[in-house]
Amino acid sequence: MKRTLYKNLKLKLISITLAMSIGPLILLGGGIYYQFGKLYKERIEDQIRHMARSQSNAVDVFLRERTTILAMIVETHTFESLKDQDNLSRLFRLINRRAEGLGLVDLGVIDDQGRQLAYAGPYSLKGLNYYQQPWFDEAMRRGKYISDVYMGFRQVPHFIIAVKGETGNSSWILRATIDSDIFNRLVRSAQVGTSGDGFIVNRQGVFQTSPRFDGVILGDSKIDTQKFGEGTTVIEKKVPGSDTRYIGGSWLKDGDWVMVISQIAGQEKGWLVRARNTEILIIAIGCLVICSAIVLISHILVRHLEQTDKEMNELNSQLIQQDKLAALGKMAAGIAHEINNPLAVIGEKAGWMEDLLAEEEFRNSVNYQEFAASIAKIEEHVDRARKITHSMLGFARRMEPRLDDVEINRVLDQTIDIMANHARINDIEIRKHFTDRLPVIASDQSQLQQVFMNLINNAIDAIGSNGTIDITTQLDKDSINIIIRDDGPGIPEAIKKKIFDPFFTTKQSGKGTGLGLSISYSIIEKMGGRITVESSEGKGTAFVVSLPVVLPEKK
Amino acid sequence: MHTFRILVVDDETDFLETIVNRLNKRKLDAKGVTSGEAAIDVLKEELYDVVLLDIKMPGGMDGIETLREIKRIQPLVEVLLLTGHASVETSIEGMKQGAFDYLLKPMKFEDLLVKMAQAFEKKATHDKKIRDAKIQELIRYPSRVFEQEKK
Ligand SMILES: Nc1ncnc2c1ncn2[C@@H]1O[C@H](COP(=O)(O)OP(=O)(O)OP(=O)(O)O)[C@@H](O)[C@H]1O
Ligand SMILES: [Mg+2]
Repeated sequence: MKRTLYKNLKLKLISITLAMSIGPLILLGGGIYYQFGKLYKERIEDQIRHMARSQSNAVDVFLRERTTILAMIVETHTFESLKDQDNLSRLFRLINRRAEGLGLVDLGVIDDQGRQLAYAGPYSLKGLNYYQQPWFDEAMRRGKYISDVYMGFRQVPHFIIAVKGETGNSSWILRATIDSDIFNRLVRSAQVGTSGDGFIVNRQGVFQTSPRFDGVILGDSKIDTQKFGEGTTVIEKKVPGSDTRYIGGSWLKDGDWVMVISQIAGQEKGWLVRARNTEILIIAIGCLVICSAIVLISHILVRHLEQTDKEMNELNSQLIQQDKLAALGKMAAGIAHEINNPLAVIGEKAGWMEDLLAEEEFRNSVNYQEFAASIAKIEEHVDRARKITHSMLGFARRMEPRLDDVEINRVLDQTIDIMANHARINDIEIRKHFTDRLPVIASDQSQLQQVFMNLINNAIDAIGSNGTIDITTQLDKDSINIIIRDDGPGIPEAIKKKIFDPFFTTKQSGKGTGLGLSISYSIIEKMGGRITVESSEGKGTAFVVSLPVVLPEKK
Repeated sequence: MHTFRILVVDDETDFLETIVNRLNKRKLDAKGVTSGEAAIDVLKEELYDVVLLDIKMPGGMDGIETLREIKRIQPLVEVLLLTGHASVETSIEGMKQGAFDYLLKPMKFEDLLVKMAQAFEKKATHDKKIRDAKIQELIRYPSRVFEQEKK
């Protein structure tokens, strides 16, 4: 029961201190990690947004530049001069020579009927009619037009810029094909790290540039462009089983195209993951240290507590025993004195009656036998009472033990001699196992004899008949041990605690006073020794008297 | 040989009477007194062989004091101490003061008789020694002895 009490205490101690120390630690770790993550997410989003914006700006600038160049040509040249094939070819060569980076593939001049009147470029497209083309209509209406990217005849992606010019009442169009590879070059700078991607899609989500992963130019990007709001927005796309992909979009070309920048956070977040792992490691090590410290401290604490508790209990029970004996001693002296005198009178009166009964006249009386028996009984019971009071007095003796030179083995020899007859009658063998290394000690011979007598008597009583008593003497470091072991029935666990109590006896009334052991206990205690008992039921009992080695003073 | 004379001193009259009766019944010459003072008075007048003295008598002379006084008056008398109390110290003190032995009340009458017999024996041998010494002295220095007797 005590065991579980301590166990519970220990568990409670451990769990509370653990909760109090590791809880906040984990909370702190979690908090820091969360803040880190948030910060990092913001950073990534910022970065993506920034990249998308600047890339889309660059594309916008690129487009505007080309449109402006065409517009300038339209403004500075007349339709008449431009529809002249030679003039146009010259212009085309001139532009390409001066500005190679323009990516100009060809130039065409188209009249308001959709006919291409002049064409400069690698193909022979002169005379082609664009009237049916949707862009033609749009360019005519709005004054300028920039197409989506498409695959030309050369299987090279490109797009068209068309600008309307007006001469008098008639309108015409200057059309240029631009190599869109320049976009690829632009977006490539956004394809950073191992997962970063950048590309342009149109409103329908069709790739306008070659994406780095998952798709080809003019293929379907499966991106819902409606998700991108005004300006530059970043959306998160959770891919189950892998890291989150951040996708940023920035509209350009008056809302026709979207510059898309995407990055997988996880991979770009490498350092964050490392930071997280380091943090977890630190916290784990911290937890481990705290745990073991707590467990160790709790263990030590509880064990200490248990130890002190035990010592306290032992001390307490010793003190109680001493108190009991001291109180009993005083009481016994008082009682014994009060009882002894009347008892003496009763005894002597009975004796006197017995004396008188021996006379002739009584001998012949009818009730002579009855009288004699009664008197014998009275005497017997006075004797019994006398034994009790005398034991009590012996118990109450507050006399300091007299210090004789005592040879324990000799005292035992004498005691055994006295008891030998009693033992023999009951078929009990007393065996001696004496060591001859015992020193002579200063002690009280007669009190020791009384103790040994009590113990041997108890052993004989316990055995009843037919058994052995082993009496052993040993020399320990600084004590002499006398062991009196019998092969009697043993002492039941339930009464083991009580046997040293005064008046505790299991013997028939009149047979035992229950004082033997308590007297022996107080005698040995006064000598600075101890009596302990080991007993197992059915096997026997051993009383161990250990006496301090007190050497006699040299005379 | 003269019968041994015993003086019993105890304040418990019931006990005293009975003991005296029982001793007398055994052809012993016993007399009882109930206090130390009375005992001293008696001993000043008569010679006794053994005094049975209770050494826890309330009031009057303390047991040990009585013993000392007895030994002063009749150094040769053997004193058996009787006690109803755990005053072993007193008993030992008594032994030091020259008591022959002590018995715890209630004692077995047989034990009392045994102790008493031992006391008698000691007294007898003692007496005999003294008698022999006196005879010797008488033989050697008769005049000195007679002079002493006269005083
Ligand atoms: N060697 C023993 N084996 C078994 N029980 C014992 C032994 N010694 C003592 N006991 C138990 O302890 C009880 C108390 O012993 P203790 O000597 O104090 O009193 P007692 O022997 O009963 O009476 P008394 O000693 O006055 O005759 C005994 O009644 C007995 O039950
Ligand atoms: Mg016993």
